[in-house]
Amino acid sequence: MLLIPCPYCGDRPEIEFSYGGQAHIARPPVPAALDDEQWGSFLYGRDNIRGPHRERWRHSHGCARFFNILRDTRTDLILASYRVGDPLPETGAL
Amino acid sequence: MTQKYRLAGHGLVDSSRPLRFHFDDRIYEGFAGDTLASALLANDVHLVGRSFKYHRPRGILGAWADEPNALVKIVRGRGRITPNLPATQVELVDGLVAYSQNRNPSLEHDRWSINDRLSRFLPAGFYYKTFMWPRRAWDAVYEPRIRAVAGLGVAPDAPDPDRYAQRYAHCEVLVVGAGPAGLAAASAAAAGGGRVILCDDRPRMGGSLLATSDALIDGGDARDWATGTLARLAALPNVRLLPRTTAFGYYPHNMIGLAERLGDHVEDGVAPVRERLWQVRAARVILATGAIERPLVFPDNDRPGIMLADAARTYLQLYGVAVGARPVVVTAHDAGYRVARELTSAGRATVLVDVRPGAAVSGAPFRIIRDARIEGTRGRLRVNAIDIVAGGRRERLACDAVLMCGGFTPTIHLASQSRGQMTWSADVQAYVPSGSVEDERTVGAASGRLELADALKDGWWAGIDAAKTSGGKIVAAPLPPRADVRQSIGKGGVIGALPHGRNPLRAKAFVDWQNDVTARDLALATREGFRSIEHVKRYTTTGMATDQGKLSNINSLGIVAASTGRAVEAVGFTTFRPPYTPVTFGTLAGSARGELFDPVRRTPIHGWAEAKGAAFEDVGQWKRARYFPRAGETMRQAVDRECLAVRSAVGIFDASTLGKIEVVGTDAAEFLERFYVNAWKKLGVGRCRYGVLLREDGFILDDGVIARLASDRFHVTTTTGGAARVLGLMEDYLQTEWPDLDVWLTSTTEQWSVIAIQGPRARELLAPLVEQLDISAAAFPHMSVGDAEICGVPTRLMRVSFTGELGFEINIPSGRARQVWEAIWARGQTLGLTAYGTEAMHILRAEKGYIIVGQETDGTVIPQDVGLGWAIGKAKPDFVGKRSLERPALLAKGRKQLVGLFTTDPSIVLEEGAQLMAPAGGPSLGHVTSSYYSASLGRSIALAMIKDGRALEDQPLMVPMPDGNIAVKVTGTVFVDPEGGRLND
Repeated sequence: MLLIPCPYCGDRPEIEFSYGGQAHIARPPVPAALDDEQWGSFLYGRDNIRGPHRERWRHSHGCARFFNILRDTRTDLILASYRVGDPLPETGAL
Repeated sequence: MTQKYRLAGHGLVDSSRPLRFHFDDRIYEGFAGDTLASALLANDVHLVGRSFKYHRPRGILGAWADEPNALVKIVRGRGRITPNLPATQVELVDGLVAYSQNRNPSLEHDRWSINDRLSRFLPAGFYYKTFMWPRRAWDAVYEPRIRAVAGLGVAPDAPDPDRYAQRYAHCEVLVVGAGPAGLAAASAAAAGGGRVILCDDRPRMGGSLLATSDALIDGGDARDWATGTLARLAALPNVRLLPRTTAFGYYPHNMIGLAERLGDHVEDGVAPVRERLWQVRAARVILATGAIERPLVFPDNDRPGIMLADAARTYLQLYGVAVGARPVVVTAHDAGYRVARELTSAGRATVLVDVRPGAAVSGAPFRIIRDARIEGTRGRLRVNAIDIVAGGRRERLACDAVLMCGGFTPTIHLASQSRGQMTWSADVQAYVPSGSVEDERTVGAASGRLELADALKDGWWAGIDAAKTSGGKIVAAPLPPRADVRQSIGKGGVIGALPHGRNPLRAKAFVDWQNDVTARDLALATREGFRSIEHVKRYTTTGMATDQGKLSNINSLGIVAASTGRAVEAVGFTTFRPPYTPVTFGTLAGSARGELFDPVRRTPIHGWAEAKGAAFEDVGQWKRARYFPRAGETMRQAVDRECLAVRSAVGIFDASTLGKIEVVGTDAAEFLERFYVNAWKKLGVGRCRYGVLLREDGFILDDGVIARLASDRFHVTTTTGGAARVLGLMEDYLQTEWPDLDVWLTSTTEQWSVIAIQGPRARELLAPLVEQLDISAAAFPHMSVGDAEICGVPTRLMRVSFTGELGFEINIPSGRARQVWEAIWARGQTLGLTAYGTEAMHILRAEKGYIIVGQETDGTVIPQDVGLGWAIGKAKPDFVGKRSLERPALLAKGRKQLVGLFTTDPSIVLEEGAQLMAPAGGPSLGHVTSSYYSASLGRSIALAMIKDGRALEDQPLMVPMPDGNIAVKVTGTVFVDPEGGRLND
């Protein structure tokens, strides 16, 4: 069971959270401006990353807030945790 | 004579406490401190099982968790039957009842031992190759018969009456394994003051030290050092000792699963808790899991009496049991000499056969044969001789035990599960941990440091390091414990199959005793093209089942490497998966079973419905009243009566399970405008609207009535099952996409109970009870909402209908819902008020063509498919899912559409889920989504999703069923009151 650092509450066990998929996929401000392929890619296109992955979690059974973490999919180590709207942590050195 | 092979003056068992036990209905005697295996061996019982596939007689191979053969069934009473326990791990208690497995009728005479003679025809993959055809026969004939012959124990057939507990724990240092390295590590770590947990799977801590007769630590007896160290640790407030506790799984972020056995070894009655699951989160984990001796792969290496040399040493030193009178030690490792010497000192006429080349050692008190080749063994139910070739001479050595020593394999299961790196070590001929991902250290024999002195030092420094890391201060660090051993056990060992001169097609040299896999099977698999060790494992079943290859994995690697011409490290190794040893389902389930398996949600009206004899159904976690049968009524009669009462008079329905979300804020209307398909900004205060919610991909997710209570306040209802999902999605958009909106969401599902009053006499019933609100047709039309008082209780009253009748939904604070319900009930008796359940509710709504999300829809349905296109706010530039509705596939012809169906025979009620075809046959055109008998119409009705269905109105279709086709006709979706006049009465 992962130990997930909620940026609002601190380290909590995974059972308190729900997974929210890949992070930083913003809903297009004017969906009508996208062609079918672009819209399809927004809906369904996701990365399948081996390594540091930015993903959303929600502290469903805690503060109920969505936030982002940077998790290495090879090791499950969580390299960073940050609030929605916060700048992305650097991953270059990872 | 009992306990013929017990040796006075040896072992740590308590000879003053004899215990009687049953094995296959014979009574034996052992001592307190024995395992079932050691007690059986003390009584010269070696034959304890029949093998999985060939039904060969099998004995005890190991002395603890590595045991693949001696699996027994332990019976502690009804429901307390545990199959497949290694006799080597069953602690002896007085009156223990054990049975051998996989034999028929007895161990001595097993009719399936014919399989052994047929073994040439039962190679690896035999089942895959032979029983493939005809496919149908697999389930009916082959599998049941194979299962009856092959296999392990039989599952118990009564519920487990024992109790199981679960705990969480946190610590600075978790040490797994209380052998020399683990004890040294825990002592050093504890000095730092942090919380230390030391667990060990054996009843007695000390690990290999308990079987040590020749070692000194810090100048004293090694066993005394272990005892003293444990006593010191037990006295420390920051140390928790957990014996009988198996660390079975290493999970991410240093969470370790421990299974603690509390009950089975307790004499005199049943322990309050049988087993306890610990979920330990540790800042640092030190794995001191030791090493397991490797067997040798030579022909006929599986007869009873053949076992691991280290196991024989454990039986001698820990339990005071000799495994034979004339043992032959076969070794490829120096540790074999230690065993031979100790057995000789115990008066056993021992011969040592070393398969390694080299000069004979002189001066040993036992015969030593070097550079030997093992040709086979003899003896049916017990080994009685071993054939060897040495110096060009063939010799048959008479014996009653053969002890194998192939070297030691570090126990790296947990280290590997932690995703640490493993490296092949030529020194110990095995994989050892070489890098950690978690905050973890593997020490002692588990890391390949087999010498006692190395293991102690390794553990000690790991403990010091852990103490420092956890912020402790080591005051004047003492030196690590110092060991002196009489004989170094050295390095080396062999893996793979030993050479022999027998016909390779006939000789059975076992690699995996539990699954009856031989060297020949592995070679066959590689000949047939399997190269990946994972594939070889699955094809031959090597390393599967309860022992998970503790003995077989490394040897199978060696054989696969040799037969594919690769280096062992090029072959790799199979994934280690939890659990290390089997864990009972009870331990994992804890108290989450029966009524506590899943929370049960009951509405405030539940007790009333129960008293009225309602039949309940599960809807998610909710219990909902399905119908209210009167004396002598069938379900159909009760449901018909309830439906007719709603259509002709008035019905009362508990709708409390509806999800409710209060949406508040200056941007509440804007938020709903973006979220639901409908237009909300112009919805007047005091008005309701039916809302449809899509996912971003355009498919219907949920629906419900939304009421505007104020310009900045909405009461949103969701489906019973969708409440949490909808709230979660609302939060998602608010928090991540539209954080600028001033909106607050509150779940009010539990706060409001809902009483639905539906039927032509609904207003007549309620009007006298409602105060502060005029509910006349003119003042309070369909889809109105208002605050009022009912029976003196504040209510949020809505005029809405899910039946097509004049209807009200009365939201009551849950604490007072029952009181209001009963007041309405009492008042309604003169008006024909009838309580109805979810079954009538389903029929009433289907008669009106109202969909249920999840019944008519399945996650691929857009509003237009089910006739809800009208709900979409056409002028809105955007809402969740809008752009997706323009995707080509959602605009294309040929989508399934909601229609009604009439069967030609009005008495036939279709099966929900049944397929629809053209009368002449052809592909499926769609399926039945809802189907009921409608008492109001006096016939059956159905709703269906059919390809281009709306164009097929009045057309005949066919429902193919196993006992014939059913003719149907396509209709509209509204069966009752198509004009909707009743709603607006």
